[in-house]
Amino acid sequence: MPLLTLHSVKKSFLTPTGERKVIVDIPHFAIEAGEQCALRGESGSGKTTFLHLIAGILSADEGSILIGNQDMAKLAESKRDRLRAESLGYIFQTFNLLQGYTCLENVLLGMSFGPGSDKKRATEVLERVGLGHRLNHYPRQLSTGQQQRVAVARALANRPKLILADEPTGNLDPSNSRESLTLIRDTCKETGASLLLVSHDPHVLSTFQSVQDFSRLNQVVQETAQ
Amino acid sequence: MSLFHIVLRNLRQHLLSTVITALSIALAGGLLMSIWIVKQQSQETFTRVNIGFDAVLGARGSKLQLVLNSIFHLEASPGNLNQTDYDYIRHHPTVKRSIPIAVGDNLKGFRIVGTLPQLFTDIEYAPHHTFSLSQGKLFDPNKKEAILGSFAAEQLNIKVGDTFHPFHGLAYDPRNQHPEEYTVTGILRASNTPADKVIWIPLHGLQTMGGHDPKAANDISAVLIQLRSPTSGFILDLMYNKQGNRLTFAWPIGAIVADLFGKIGWFDKVLTLIAYLVALVSAAGVLVAIYNSMAARGRDIAILRALGAHRRTILGTIVLEAATIGTLGMLAAFVFHFAIMATVGTIIRTQTGVLLNVWSCDRVMIWAPLAMISLCALGGLVPALKAYRADIASNLAPIS
Repeated sequence: MPLLTLHSVKKSFLTPTGERKVIVDIPHFAIEAGEQCALRGESGSGKTTFLHLIAGILSADEGSILIGNQDMAKLAESKRDRLRAESLGYIFQTFNLLQGYTCLENVLLGMSFGPGSDKKRATEVLERVGLGHRLNHYPRQLSTGQQQRVAVARALANRPKLILADEPTGNLDPSNSRESLTLIRDTCKETGASLLLVSHDPHVLSTFQSVQDFSRLNQVVQETAQ
Repeated sequence: MSLFHIVLRNLRQHLLSTVITALSIALAGGLLMSIWIVKQQSQETFTRVNIGFDAVLGARGSKLQLVLNSIFHLEASPGNLNQTDYDYIRHHPTVKRSIPIAVGDNLKGFRIVGTLPQLFTDIEYAPHHTFSLSQGKLFDPNKKEAILGSFAAEQLNIKVGDTFHPFHGLAYDPRNQHPEEYTVTGILRASNTPADKVIWIPLHGLQTMGGHDPKAANDISAVLIQLRSPTSGFILDLMYNKQGNRLTFAWPIGAIVADLFGKIGWFDKVLTLIAYLVALVSAAGVLVAIYNSMAARGRDIAILRALGAHRRTILGTIVLEAATIGTLGMLAAFVFHFAIMATVGTIIRTQTGVLLNVWSCDRVMIWAPLAMISLCALGGLVPALKAYRADIASNLAPIS
């Protein structure tokens, strides 16, 4: 049974002129447990909206988003929050670390909304990403690559079933990009988490066996392309 | 990581606005508590101060002026009464004890009051408390000797054995020095009554001071009276105030002072209103401070939500943050309160000799902080609702 299954998922937004514009229209998409899948997509193609729908940050207009046996699309917002905190890890292109919190606190904060803060576990994951000596440093005291590692540690801390990564190397130089990608993929393997990564970087995509084209997956994009 | 930990981090991140807002709350809370307690205490203390007497007999005039002049040593004397009047009241069957006083001179602004030594030996200024000397001995009624209230001695830096020349009038004017020289024989122990700020000399000494009208050498300013029973007051009130028209019988002293507080009640209400307004403005300050920081922290809130924080968690965090600012402010308010109380207490002590209990506790110290913290939490609700409704996705968008 797939870990993540999407059926007929649609999401639209109101334009400033009052028209409703469909951004995402996915007939079917699935990821198996432990699978690492990459989605190729250009900027503005709706792939971030797609990830937000899976994470329950946005609610779908219709369709189902099954994570395990729970349908994210049908859950009330507070239950979506809970499911996101417990079962998903999200790595953002801009890392989205809280600047007023240390590395350790950023990880602990992520855990506090899920199973609960566990300092030992938070320290472990930070050590795993090579930041054991930077636990009490603030994001501004870290390099971009190190900030990305904190974001990876935060996403992994709750032992999620699924990691969503939105252009995780988009802000990194080639060397950091390679390192970071390896880290994300390796740690996902170690924890058995599935990985859904979206990127438009050919170097990143070339490292994946399973790469899907988001413009083929998303019916809206296909229509626009035609 | 608890909700409170997040709140403390937010406060630290916006430290300057947190401190300024908390200080404004502290000022409002301190002011509110001080006004309340000064009002309560001064009313209680002043209506209780009678230095052991039930009534005052003086020249025809205002009862309040008579009490303020002869008990609190404030205001001018409404006039004199003669020896016959004094002899009459002294021997009246309803009067238990009577002590005459004469005023009209000062030493560097501190009043010199002429009286009998019995004031210090026979009278309990408060239940089970008689005046006592911390140094020296009482004045001899037939000599040019003086004893000083503790506050007057401290302020004038006068010791036993020192001498001084009185000055004519109640206000100090160096040109009005009397030729007589008085020797200080004793310093009174602090009684926390207006007697502490007075220089006491023999009655005869003040009556016959050089420059005073020789015809009035036997006149006195007022007679302090202890009654045999409460009904005695009605008899003398009828005799002097209702049937007579020459003298004023001020009785009961506490009720006359309470009447003063009744008359200046509007002032107290204005002060309380100002304190309430300051409290409201401070709570609005909390609202504005947090509301203004919402734009800056929109992204942080979105991140928390993306990590799984519920809307109500965010709402709770902001309300708790506002309440915490209120709590910090009210903790500091106690410092302000005691500073205000110490200042006001010193002023009241200097002006009246009456000592307020700066450290006293009152119920306002419970309800004012609770009300202020609730008001702040209420103020925090507005930005909290804004945060509650904030859209996560748009706030998470990469900053270009």
